[in-house]
Amino acid sequence: MKLIFERSVPGRGQDIFPECDVEVKLPESPLREKAPNLPEISENELGRHYTKLARASRGVNDGFYPLGSCTMKHNPRINEVMASLPGFTRIHPLQPADTVKGCTEVVDTLRKTLCEITGMDDMTFQPAAGAQGEFTGLLLIKAYHKSRGDEGRKEIIIPDSAHGTNPASAAMAGYDVVVIKSNEKGMIDLDDLKAHLGPQTAGLMLTNPNTVGLFDENILEITRLVHEAGGLCYYDGANLNAVIGIVRPGDIGFDVIHLNLHKTFSTPHGGGGPGSGPCGCKDFLAQFLPGKRVVNGEYTQAENSIGCVTGFYGNFLVMVRALTFLLTNGSDGVPELAKNAVLNANYMQEKLKDLYPVAYDTTCMHEFVMSLESIHKEKNVSALDVAKALLDFGIHPPTMYFPLIVDEALMVEPTETESREVLDNAIEAFRAIYKKIIDSPAAVAASPVTTPIKRLDEVGAARHPILKYDFSQEKAE
Amino acid sequence: MGTYIPNTKEEQLRMLHDIGYKDFDDLFKGIPDQAKIKGSLNFPEGKSEVQVSSIVSGMAEKNKVFGKIFRGAGAYNHYVPATVNAIGDKEEFLTAYTPYQAEISQGILQSIFEYQTMICELTGMDVSNASLYDGASAAAEACAMTLDRKRTTVYVSESVDHRVREVIGTYSFGRNTKVVLVPEADGATDLNALKEMIDADSSAACFLMQYPNFNGIIEDADQIASIVHGAKAQLIMSVNPIALGVLKTPGEIGADIVCGEGQPLGLGLAYGGPYLGILATTKKNMRKIVGRLVGETTDSQGERGFVLTLQAREQHIRREKASSNVCSNQALCALKASVYLATVGPKGLKQAATLCTSKAHYLASELEKAGLKLTYGGEFFHEFVTECPDSEKLLAALEEKDILGGLPLDGNRILWCTTELCTKEDMDEVAATAKEVFGA
Repeated sequence: MKLIFERSVPGRGQDIFPECDVEVKLPESPLREKAPNLPEISENELGRHYTKLARASRGVNDGFYPLGSCTMKHNPRINEVMASLPGFTRIHPLQPADTVKGCTEVVDTLRKTLCEITGMDDMTFQPAAGAQGEFTGLLLIKAYHKSRGDEGRKEIIIPDSAHGTNPASAAMAGYDVVVIKSNEKGMIDLDDLKAHLGPQTAGLMLTNPNTVGLFDENILEITRLVHEAGGLCYYDGANLNAVIGIVRPGDIGFDVIHLNLHKTFSTPHGGGGPGSGPCGCKDFLAQFLPGKRVVNGEYTQAENSIGCVTGFYGNFLVMVRALTFLLTNGSDGVPELAKNAVLNANYMQEKLKDLYPVAYDTTCMHEFVMSLESIHKEKNVSALDVAKALLDFGIHPPTMYFPLIVDEALMVEPTETESREVLDNAIEAFRAIYKKIIDSPAAVAASPVTTPIKRLDEVGAARHPILKYDFSQEKAE
Repeated sequence: MGTYIPNTKEEQLRMLHDIGYKDFDDLFKGIPDQAKIKGSLNFPEGKSEVQVSSIVSGMAEKNKVFGKIFRGAGAYNHYVPATVNAIGDKEEFLTAYTPYQAEISQGILQSIFEYQTMICELTGMDVSNASLYDGASAAAEACAMTLDRKRTTVYVSESVDHRVREVIGTYSFGRNTKVVLVPEADGATDLNALKEMIDADSSAACFLMQYPNFNGIIEDADQIASIVHGAKAQLIMSVNPIALGVLKTPGEIGADIVCGEGQPLGLGLAYGGPYLGILATTKKNMRKIVGRLVGETTDSQGERGFVLTLQAREQHIRREKASSNVCSNQALCALKASVYLATVGPKGLKQAATLCTSKAHYLASELEKAGLKLTYGGEFFHEFVTECPDSEKLLAALEEKDILGGLPLDGNRILWCTTELCTKEDMDEVAATAKEVFGA
């Protein structure tokens, strides 16, 4: 596929701006010597270029997307229509308060609804993504201990099954990371937890259900132990879709949480953002929430705020989408999300586990993890190979090689918005691939064969990074 | 209740039975009873699409959409070309995940590679990442890139947007690092103070300036670069991408890192987000840059292709030793910015910048004629500060005429902004209103 720069022809272009209706005046400060090499291209050619790129991309609307931990559910169209209303898109963030009553109503309604769903007392929408929500939540914990003069608490406890963002966020918040083990059931090893709790413990970060798709049966004991040691409990909402409407983090001992509106609440992932990672907390932490906030239609500033993490109020248009989704589903529909997400995952797990061993053979939550360790050993076909083979069936592969505690892991999350036929088709594809693994393992290792591009040289890309187009190459030709 | 679950209640039950569960309670029996919600959630029941559409549209209607906007201060009212949302709304882009599976994500990967190239062209830098959340968080990440064991202090000019400064402060609370404010003089960085402060501090890691700054002034970046580099610290420039259509680039100035708010590139005001964090740097800093990077490579048949690369810096590999916790970018916003830049092209970008700054000079001179004073003497781009007897009185009078005036900085000072969307007629109306209000 040609790059847009390779389609550019000097002198072409589009007329967007009018002539200047006042005296033209350029700054007397030094000006740029050379115009940027931006494309010079007609609207027709531009449109076709991006249509080609779109065809070489894959969204949820293109087919099944069981990417574990990412909750690739359907993104409702009405959300998009609401988020493009001029009454939202054309509002300056610094307009007078009495001219943005609709925006503040969106924020308030969403805040109250999400607090009810999570059992939290307050929430900020400033964090632009889950990782930033984690960072914000950890700073609330840090500010809390600091406010009590309890500054010896330097450790954050994180299970070995956690997402990489957890330890990375803890490090950014200035904490030492203490990793605790999972037991043979995939849950937190209580003895290991107890051994690491103490006056140095600032808190525990937990994803529940965890990244192997299991709800920790000892959750109440875990949060009690952490509190007893003087630490706080952080809930990573990445997997909330499994228990939304069934369990509230605030009821089971969590003090601070983040949510991913782009997972549980159906806002689109956009090829890697924009997301939204609101951070909720119990009353006693609300005094530390980030800067400017909207509460009951008024702008307020938390008394002992940790400060802002983004410039304004967060990714507002993403919030509009999440609110639209919640108004549609309502209090009666929300628990159905979890029920069907969990049903769909168990349905697939049950129908695949005879061929693909699951890491923990029990009822899973919204996702399950298969381990291809034995297949890899016996047939020399890896999790990566199976993932790539799925591409030839038009299925987006599951998450690969995560969680780290499972060898040759494939993590499957179907979500509630897939029908039984879609699941059945995927099950058939997995089973067909298994047959191929037995009959001709080399063919599986050579997949994909139907994609426009074959397996790419990632090592070469990292060794000799080419991170932008080389215009000099063009002139040489 | 509206729902997006395809399977009917009967199908759900059949599936449950098929895999050996009596009902949903049976399926959820692994969760301790004490952990479960008793009763139902306390918010309204689900509604039809017609009802939801009416409720949310009703909220949008409670906002006032101003016809004429003279307010900037970090969010700019530029024209969004028709191509931007037409392409940004394509569902293959909209509903895709981060392009981990390169074979079926070449479109998104290539669009990011093109974005990275355009940002390098715009800024004159060697390397751009795939974007960050917004300008403020990009500035905080840029500062963090310069820290090491010896260099632990971040210097920030007082002329940098206070929101950006606040976010830097929040991030430094996390990392336990020090942020020092360099005062401004006449609306721009006080160069003598900067030199004195930074020369005396061997722990100085970087200096962050804004270009043009919060007051709209185009700082003497060449001078600043020589002072900062003289102290062996790195220069970070927080830029307005439209201004780079005409101004000397950070690359030409010798900046080490460029950050900035990409919102002016076709993203609309949107009550503050989603916006776009620009982050670019020199080849020397390449392996220190945070966030996603897309690189060119070849496939097994020698075809050109693109992949996420240099991932050894990132959280999913390095965990607590990662350079940042960032995992997403603002891919769709970066795509829209690319479409914007490709639509306007090099000539259009220069034209937009020229329109912005020409109009600002016209409005400033008309406001002066109406009796307002310019607060600062420095050269400005498309924002400037004025003094008047009563900011709120003037802004209220403008609001009655469907005009969102500049941002009141206090009772007397207003920060004005013009873009290509401000017409001479509108600006004359603003000046006439000022005359009416203050009777000059």
